[in-house]
Amino acid sequence: MKQITKTKDEYQKVIKNNQSTKGKITNIIKAFFIGGLFCSLGQSLWYLFMTLNFSQNDAGALSTVTMILLGSLLTGFGVYDEIGQFGGAGSLIPVTGFANAVVAPAMDGKQDGLILGLGTQMFNVAGPVLVYAMVSAFLIGLLKLMLGG
Amino acid sequence: MADKLQGQSLTYENPPHIVGQGSIVGPEEAEGPMGNSFDLVCEDVKCGEKTWEKGEKKMVSDVIDYTLGSSSISPDDIDFIIAGDLLDQLITASFVSRDYDIPFLGVFGACSTIIEALNLGSMKMDGGFADCVLCFASSNYQTAERQFRTPIEYGDQYTSNKQWTVTGSGAYLLGWLGGQVWITHSTIGKVIDLGVKDTQDLGSAMAPAAADTILQHFMDLNRGPQDYDLILTGDLGRIGKKNLNTLLNEKNIELGDKLQDCGAMIFSDENKYGAGGSGCAASATLVASHIIPEIIAGNLNRVLVVGTGALFSPLTVLQNESIPSIAHAVVIEKIPEGG
Repeated sequence: MKQITKTKDEYQKVIKNNQSTKGKITNIIKAFFIGGLFCSLGQSLWYLFMTLNFSQNDAGALSTVTMILLGSLLTGFGVYDEIGQFGGAGSLIPVTGFANAVVAPAMDGKQDGLILGLGTQMFNVAGPVLVYAMVSAFLIGLLKLMLGG
Repeated sequence: MADKLQGQSLTYENPPHIVGQGSIVGPEEAEGPMGNSFDLVCEDVKCGEKTWEKGEKKMVSDVIDYTLGSSSISPDDIDFIIAGDLLDQLITASFVSRDYDIPFLGVFGACSTIIEALNLGSMKMDGGFADCVLCFASSNYQTAERQFRTPIEYGDQYTSNKQWTVTGSGAYLLGWLGGQVWITHSTIGKVIDLGVKDTQDLGSAMAPAAADTILQHFMDLNRGPQDYDLILTGDLGRIGKKNLNTLLNEKNIELGDKLQDCGAMIFSDENKYGAGGSGCAASATLVASHIIPEIIAGNLNRVLVVGTGALFSPLTVLQNESIPSIAHAVVIEKIPEGG
């Protein structure tokens, strides 16, 4: 017979008592500021491009592309994961977070070859986002069609 | 029941000596609190190779060379290699072993692998099936992270309950002549699963297995905490160690300061490494480079090392299975005068 005969529920209580709960509130605050920082940066870039006489749409696209470049560069230099460790969910925000989710597995996959390594592993993390973004776009489009839009 | 087996514990009639041992770690482990203990340090995690997996192999080959070099044993004297690692198909252990003209047994006990290997090696020795066995195990932060978790540079957050895989490897030579410590007993653990599903807290998943093996060991051999100078778990980390203490206290076993954990000792910075180190290398490196020298120096006499392993795969996590765990124990003692 096994020596430890606790039930799963009893053991979950033990774990709850012993797990660290510190820093949950500060984590939320940090996430808010890091996420906010990225968003403000994106917005500032948008304004910057508009002052350079780009149309509102072009400025939007240019600021997004710049943020993708920034997210990718920070990932490549090994900084983005440190930001993620500090800022938690704040670093997950779209554009930079997505760039990180694509570049990080690509960096891992590079050592396994450019086509079957990098090529297949690049969307390991971001793949589901793409799949379900397309599925929801299709469903919304269908809905719009049915409503006569 | 077999002569040398009581319950799950074995008592060796002719305890095998540990005639040589060595360890190698990566740069982060070398900067940690135990940094000065390790025999070799790889300044670069790839050890100059092109991939992390090749780097892990290079690290293991280096530590085997070091261990053989520091003992009087040549590869021709070795009867068996018993080794393992964390990667699928044990690629590190088996690819390293292709360079040797020695029969090879690959073993997997997740992070308890080195203790499983030492137990099997000791059985071979005492059973008269071998005169010299080489045991080794390795883990590497990059290769393990890539296999079990997310890409290295991915910005997910380490919680304070999570553990950080130790990059390193430990090698041990079992023989009859030389050495100042020997292996007197082994306890083989059962697979225990108390329903933990959180892969961010493997210490909690493994603690019941460690408790089970420790209690079984005490019962089988009619021993208690007073018979040991140190009870060292492999990689429960700080959270797992607390859970283990709670589970043992409920059975009226108080270990106090006698309970230590290799993973928690190797990585102490909670902000970066969460609950501490994990991986085969946690126990494999620390026992070779810190515990055995402490026994030889006379600061410890008899140590119970409990290797702990979480036996999950990324696939079982996706399929919403809980995490089965195992703990194997080995008793390492100073060889008495004339022993």
